[in-house]
Amino acid sequence: MNNHPIKKSVRKAGLLSLIPGLGQFYNGQLAKGVLFLLITIAFIIELATIGIPAFQGFITLGTVPIRDHSLFLLVKGTLQIIITFVFLMVMLLSINDARHVARQWNTLGMINKSVGSMVKNVWDKGFPYLLTIPAYFIMLFVIVFPVLVTLFMAFTNYDFYHIPPARLINWVGLQNFFDMFFLSSYRDTFVTVLGWTITWTLLATTCQIALGIITAVVANQDFIIGKRIFRIIFLLPWAVPAFVTIMSFSNIFNDSIGAINQQVLAVLNYIPFVHIPDIPWKTDPFWTKTALIMIQTWLGFPYIFVMVTGVLQSIPGDLYEAANIDGANFIQKFTRITLPMILFATAPVFITQYTFNFNNFSIIYLFNSGGPGDVGGGAGSTDILLSWIYKLTTGTSPQYQLASAVTIVISIIVISVSLFAFKKTHAFSNEEMM
Amino acid sequence: MRRLLRNQKSNKFFGRFFTYLFLIVLSIIILYPLFITAQSAFNVSNLAAFTLDWHMQWTLDNFRQLFSQTLYLTWFKNTIIIAISTMIIQVIIVTLAGYTYSRYRFKGRKNGLIFFLIIQMVPTMAALTAFFVLGLIINGLDQYWYLTLVYVGGGIPMNTWLMKGYFDTIPRDLDESARIDGAGHLRILCQINLPLAMPMIAVQALWAFMGPFGDYLLAAFLLRTPSNLTVAVGLQQFIANPTNQNISLFAAGSFLISIPIVVLFFFLQRYFQSGLTAGGTKG
Repeated sequence: MNNHPIKKSVRKAGLLSLIPGLGQFYNGQLAKGVLFLLITIAFIIELATIGIPAFQGFITLGTVPIRDHSLFLLVKGTLQIIITFVFLMVMLLSINDARHVARQWNTLGMINKSVGSMVKNVWDKGFPYLLTIPAYFIMLFVIVFPVLVTLFMAFTNYDFYHIPPARLINWVGLQNFFDMFFLSSYRDTFVTVLGWTITWTLLATTCQIALGIITAVVANQDFIIGKRIFRIIFLLPWAVPAFVTIMSFSNIFNDSIGAINQQVLAVLNYIPFVHIPDIPWKTDPFWTKTALIMIQTWLGFPYIFVMVTGVLQSIPGDLYEAANIDGANFIQKFTRITLPMILFATAPVFITQYTFNFNNFSIIYLFNSGGPGDVGGGAGSTDILLSWIYKLTTGTSPQYQLASAVTIVISIIVISVSLFAFKKTHAFSNEEMM
Repeated sequence: MRRLLRNQKSNKFFGRFFTYLFLIVLSIIILYPLFITAQSAFNVSNLAAFTLDWHMQWTLDNFRQLFSQTLYLTWFKNTIIIAISTMIIQVIIVTLAGYTYSRYRFKGRKNGLIFFLIIQMVPTMAALTAFFVLGLIINGLDQYWYLTLVYVGGGIPMNTWLMKGYFDTIPRDLDESARIDGAGHLRILCQINLPLAMPMIAVQALWAFMGPFGDYLLAAFLLRTPSNLTVAVGLQQFIANPTNQNISLFAAGSFLISIPIVVLFFFLQRYFQSGLTAGGTKG
């Protein structure tokens, strides 16, 4: 059986591939080796011309104001880190491939050397990777890149005192996180804004989920005439672009000319013994918050409604028949059959609704720009963390460093809470799913 | 016995009465603000109040003004271009990735899925400046392709996850038998799975298409020239200045972009149920 005299050393093949391509040459796969080597050479040239200066700039963030633009250096350094990471992945791939091929040579005594069989092999084994590469490539630059820049900025002093290129940005270590938790002015704003963000997330999301479920259950009864029309109406808040409705609501809730004060309350006041004075929707924090929660409920319930309607239609009818025979009433049927079925099927989506509202910038910003009033640190009384971050980075005296540090902290909160919730709802437990 | 029967009957009556009452009140709450917006689009300009007006004067002046004196048509065209390219690129990428995560078992799969889930929870708001600088470096500022790529990238994680959930509900037996008959990777994907995933693909296409119409933030940040703006940014300018709001123009512009989206929405509506319940609920 042993018709080839020399065994390949798996170790040696792997070690040689630390310079991608060499391991493939050692295995006798010329075409693959050349390909890997070309990538390596390209990377080395890139590193020598752009990469090394980029890394240096990233470490110093510039030494001479005006000549060195710290922000550009930070961004270029981040890009270089991503490029280097991609090359390291190629290296890992090359090492794995070289070891794999060497092992194959030792056991089977043959390997593919032709270009054709190589292509076929990549197509066959690498198909899943080929299909996901475009997704990862775009995410690398559109998601990973900004996340990394945010992370790095949180450790600098990039604020309105240090606007490049006139001034340099410097690394300051954990200073920003320290300020955020121990400097009273920042801490008070952070705590106030975080408090409202959590209240907002819980109330708005729970309201929209509750209204969605109730509407789905009510509208799904068999006797209803005109079901289709109601369904279409209930979809409208989702179908009309959100910025249109939010800006309209911003006018509708206007204290002096808005429809709520002028028309709705006027109509309600016709009811005997009801007298509601004009409500300061846009000027009183409490009423602005109330309005925001109502509007988000209006905007968000159709999505839940559609999904729950789908779940309801998939619940087998015999369950209700059995319950009827046992003499269950409407409420019992709802709490014992309907609700558990809905929650079982849609809990993960509900979690994403909570994270969505936690970061629901557009409604806060477009309705009343986070106002009214001011709770310090540049935040208005209805600003959630994300709209506060927006103000910190776009205002007249930007504080990118603080915005980044806040982003990092809330990301950690959101990620850990949702991972915990996902675990609890067993979204991960099914192997089929993961 | 008769009393019990009558009791049941009146119970049933009350049940139906409250059901219809609920549905009708909710419908009014939904339609009322929408009617106000739609109506102010046809109202003679200077609005004294933003309310439902029973005896207002109807006019098309707002639309005339929109077309002749503002860049609305250009903004509309820009948005369509961006929306269609976003839709095509995003749907292709998301479908391929979702399919892969559903059908193939490969090294790094689980980590990839968790990565998709986590990375989309980190807000990129603070990094708007980073997008701006990156745009300067690769010459993408004020360019549609750059904005399109940013939209596509932002949509990938969540939608891949939903897409995978949908593919999970398509039985695998078909793949197996096709493979035994000698079908390759591409044939199994294109001839068996893609046609079955059409409802979800339609939903995804609609969402991707709607995104650029609804986004205000990124477009306002990355587009500069007035004639390059998208509809959302352009319309916002009409009411951005509190002392000089032009609500009628805003309403007219909003009315015009809402119509096609709402129509698309209802055409694709029947896909929603299957797309959402299958794709969304699993995970």
